[in-house]
Amino acid sequence: MRTVSLACFLFAFWLALSGHYTPMLITIGAVCAILCALVAARVGVTETEGHPVHLLRGAITYWPWLACEIAKSGWAVTKIILHPRLPISPTMTVVTASPRTAPGIVTYANSITLTPGTITVGVNGNQLTVHALVREGADDIEAGGMDARVTRFEDA
Amino acid sequence: MSLVVDLLSWLLIVLGSFFAIVGGIGLVRMPDVYTRIHAASVIDTLGAGLLILGMILQAGFGLVALKLTFILALFFFFTPVVAHALAQAALHEEIEPLLAEDRRGRGDGPAGGGTDGRQP
Amino acid sequence: MFVVATAAVLITIALALTRAILGPTVFDRVLAGNTIGSLAILLLAVVGFLTGRPEFLDIGLTYGLLNLIGTLAVLKFFRHGDLAYDVEEEHKS
Repeated sequence: MRTVSLACFLFAFWLALSGHYTPMLITIGAVCAILCALVAARVGVTETEGHPVHLLRGAITYWPWLACEIAKSGWAVTKIILHPRLPISPTMTVVTASPRTAPGIVTYANSITLTPGTITVGVNGNQLTVHALVREGADDIEAGGMDARVTRFEDA
Repeated sequence: MSLVVDLLSWLLIVLGSFFAIVGGIGLVRMPDVYTRIHAASVIDTLGAGLLILGMILQAGFGLVALKLTFILALFFFFTPVVAHALAQAALHEEIEPLLAEDRRGRGDGPAGGGTDGRQP
Repeated sequence: MFVVATAAVLITIALALTRAILGPTVFDRVLAGNTIGSLAILLLAVVGFLTGRPEFLDIGLTYGLLNLIGTLAVLKFFRHGDLAYDVEEEHKS
């Protein structure tokens, strides 16, 4: 089932990138997509971790929320950079991630890194080491709003 | 209608340019590696994101807009990977971060020392 | 107006280059190099629009993939001193 969906995605990707729609090129694209999907199935990367298509439903609401967070904290970091005295207070902290699956933890760690002002420095099981530019950033991460959001995204 | 779209896209492009330059200034001003990564992430998310959104509005609906969306997705999936790898490698090389406060050895985390991010 | 965006991206590249020249550690230089790579993708896209040739976007996509692989390879080399490093090997020995 996942192999079929992977083949469909690959074929759509081919159509999007090629831009030429002659019968021969479309046939070549279909053959390539099916071959790649079969190879991926044989190598064993089509399970939930390699092709997480089931997360797509949660992503529809999660990505706009993440974009909003990025805009907010990006503006905060911009104010700090342009401030003449550079008021930074770098903080390192360890937080526990509550998502259970590997894609969930990766999404959480990447969301933390993507938000300006906080980066994930290390992942150890579900313990994430986070470096924050200001103390308030570390407080926000520890408060766990994003954590709850990612867990909901994973369960959707 | 097209005037509104034009104005909106110009606004997005100018804002993106502004954030890119701010990120560049931060890259020069920040005191150590870890804080510089924060400045670079402003360029990679807000700067690139707004510039590409503005260009999508300029391009209109079509293959060009789709390719721009792919570039945007590329930025949003790969820049955190690079930032994470960079910070981890720097910590592994024992470059000490400038810290105002260190909460690593506290609470439920693994006690001190063993948090340089190596997988067990 | 794309001229403004091109100028902004070029200024940012100049600032990143300053950091690459000043950078006390090798990681500052890798970070600056990666940032210049990201900005080069943006520059390709913006110049493509400026000259009315959106074909540059394909080059931008390919360059993005190469930039990622290149940065990760350099980081892996500095961290392990070896590109063919295997985590499991270390734990066995």
